[in-house]
Amino acid sequence: MIAQYRDFWLGLVGVLTALAIWAVYPLDKKLNLGLDLQGGVHLVYEVKKEQLPPNTTLLDAVDRAIEIIRNRVDALGVAEPVIQRQGEGWIVIQLPGMKDPQKAKDLIGTTALLEFKLVSEKPMDDYTNSKTGEADPKKMPADLEIVPGRDPTERYLIEKAQLMTGAALADANPTTGDMAAVVVSFRMTPEGSRAFSDLTGRHINRRLAIILDNKVFSAPVIRSRISGHGQIEGRFTWEEARNLALILRAGALPAPVQLINEEVVGPSLGRDSIDRGMKSAIVGAALVLGWMAFYYRLSGVIADVALVLNFLFLLALMAINRATLTLPGIAGILLTLGMSVDGNVLIFERIREELRSGKTVRAAIDAGYQRALRTIIDSHVTTLITAGILFYFGSGPIRGFAFTLFWGVTISLFTAIVVSRAIFEMRKQYESLSI
Amino acid sequence: MAHYELLGWKKTDWDFVGKRYIAFGFSACLLVVGAIAMVRIGTGKAKLAIDFSGGQAIQAGIEGPVDLDKVRGAFSARGLSDVQVQQATVQKGQRLLIKLRGAEMSSTTAVGTGGEMVRGILVGALPGATVVIEGVQAVGPAVGRRLQEQAMWAVIWAIVLIMVYIWIRFEYRFGLAAAVATLHDVIAVLGIMWLIGADFSLLIVTALLTLAGYSLTDTVVVYDRIRENLRLHPAESFEVNVNRSINEVLSRTLVTSLMVLLPLISLLIYGSPVTFDFSLSLSFGVIVGTYSSWYVASPLIVEWENYRRRRAAEAAANRMAGRQ
Repeated sequence: MIAQYRDFWLGLVGVLTALAIWAVYPLDKKLNLGLDLQGGVHLVYEVKKEQLPPNTTLLDAVDRAIEIIRNRVDALGVAEPVIQRQGEGWIVIQLPGMKDPQKAKDLIGTTALLEFKLVSEKPMDDYTNSKTGEADPKKMPADLEIVPGRDPTERYLIEKAQLMTGAALADANPTTGDMAAVVVSFRMTPEGSRAFSDLTGRHINRRLAIILDNKVFSAPVIRSRISGHGQIEGRFTWEEARNLALILRAGALPAPVQLINEEVVGPSLGRDSIDRGMKSAIVGAALVLGWMAFYYRLSGVIADVALVLNFLFLLALMAINRATLTLPGIAGILLTLGMSVDGNVLIFERIREELRSGKTVRAAIDAGYQRALRTIIDSHVTTLITAGILFYFGSGPIRGFAFTLFWGVTISLFTAIVVSRAIFEMRKQYESLSI
Repeated sequence: MAHYELLGWKKTDWDFVGKRYIAFGFSACLLVVGAIAMVRIGTGKAKLAIDFSGGQAIQAGIEGPVDLDKVRGAFSARGLSDVQVQQATVQKGQRLLIKLRGAEMSSTTAVGTGGEMVRGILVGALPGATVVIEGVQAVGPAVGRRLQEQAMWAVIWAIVLIMVYIWIRFEYRFGLAAAVATLHDVIAVLGIMWLIGADFSLLIVTALLTLAGYSLTDTVVVYDRIRENLRLHPAESFEVNVNRSINEVLSRTLVTSLMVLLPLISLLIYGSPVTFDFSLSLSFGVIVGTYSSWYVASPLIVEWENYRRRRAAEAAANRMAGRQ
């Protein structure tokens, strides 16, 4: 088939090469680097099943949490964040190029449930264990609870009924309050405003606790009916106040989340991995290309051309699919270089054998390609099977490896058989073969 | 007897099949080590890497003098005794790799706090040095279990599908021997990695699966030639044909293995430490795979053929006896 339509195949290879070059140029813009190479933060959070709000399924809670985390992450200014569900209750967050993992974790991991509750007027001592000062479950009525303050030594006796939540907030911003203290001031939505005004009107002279994630931040006395705005005090630094305001604007998570997996690659480590990956790739490729040219002479050089095209096509495929190049992916590319040249080795050895048995160049080339074909395909099928399995079960870096392995080997079937064959067809007229 | 060319210089007519009992003994040793390794892993006694066991690995870049004893002392002063500290010299100063294992982690530090904690301890232990946390890998127990489960399923599926392919592709005697050779390679490399004390990681499992797929390459090359020779020389004995086939394809088996080995060696020497164990397992795998195509996959079909002939001869003898 290739023998008959040599010029068609050569033309096709030319067109594909041009397309591939167009697809990968410029390489640094077209190739998607994994977090392990470009640096960044990979976090996995688990939504706590036990603390779901009533009438909410885990699935709904995770969906809402993803939406809210996306709002918060947008404020980080990361170029292409990935936020997605994994399994039932896990959320995967990838922040390429993020240099401050602590800030990311503070922003994402905070539940930010803001509640307004009344401080009880009853004496706290009636409900606590006189020795430890802790809540005494035997004495505590169902509608009361003891909530710690932001300063861990403080305790408040709080009426459990939730009067309002942060859902009524329209906006929040850091500002400077009394005596130059940094506070977070908030403004409510019109409905929130009406409700707040109503509730403060009903409870004049009572203390209103502003509770964030089950800590009382402040508990001012209601002097008059207030509508629409207020502030959260808490001895913040400006940075803390800004982050809290940001989280309040983005909304509370439906349930607390717990960090269960963290991978941070700093910029210097990523740079180091890229450098080492490049160096090992260049040396490895040079060894293979050099050996082929040395051992099979001109035929080896043709195999080298096929190998370079194989590499180019693989990069193009990665660019088109927006596949991610990872550190194991680089290893995969190197491995496929070695595996794909195997095809040409089998063909060349067969041609040598046929020539030794006295066949003409023309017949030897035909027989070499024909007889080796079945062996080449057979020997690669199982590699494709494992690459497919690794792609299906693996994640992140392993997936990068599986992708390069699968497509590298598949493309090699084309380059080692079609590309090198088409070039060999031009050599059929010679008396002897440099092989 | 015909002679064959090896790598263009020398002709070979080596007796691979004749030495099969030595090889079977050697392979048995490899398999025993591999079996011990599997039992150790299965019973949780082998060293698992952080991605499976859970725990934290923190890489810190340090400019300034490093006193490892002081660093270790500072960790045990914080109640962290099962801490592994490795030091490497990099372009700018030193790099420390600190590993906190599962148990340590759950009791003292949660996922997400390791980087800051280690930085604090290092700053305290190394006055006058600048400490930068360059990389953190923290895996909670649930994530470790999930990765173990995924790895297990991947291994099961790979074995099943490769066996199914071999079963479809080869006739019975070849298929059985090819399957044994593939399992032999994977188990042997598992054993070797255990013997040299590697931490079993997701990447080692990946390497073993890749090996399971690649291991058949050399075997297929030899088998295709054996079938060809059986057709061409039906009069010669099975053993002679197998030996002839191995010798005939010797140079391509060696060159194909070398072509995969060269890039792996480059990865071992110049590549990132992340892929070191991966490349090492695969390098062993390529070597063991080449060995097994000569000394396991091929002699096994000779054994099978001998057994079949003996049975046929016995059956014939019995028939003769029955007739008399």
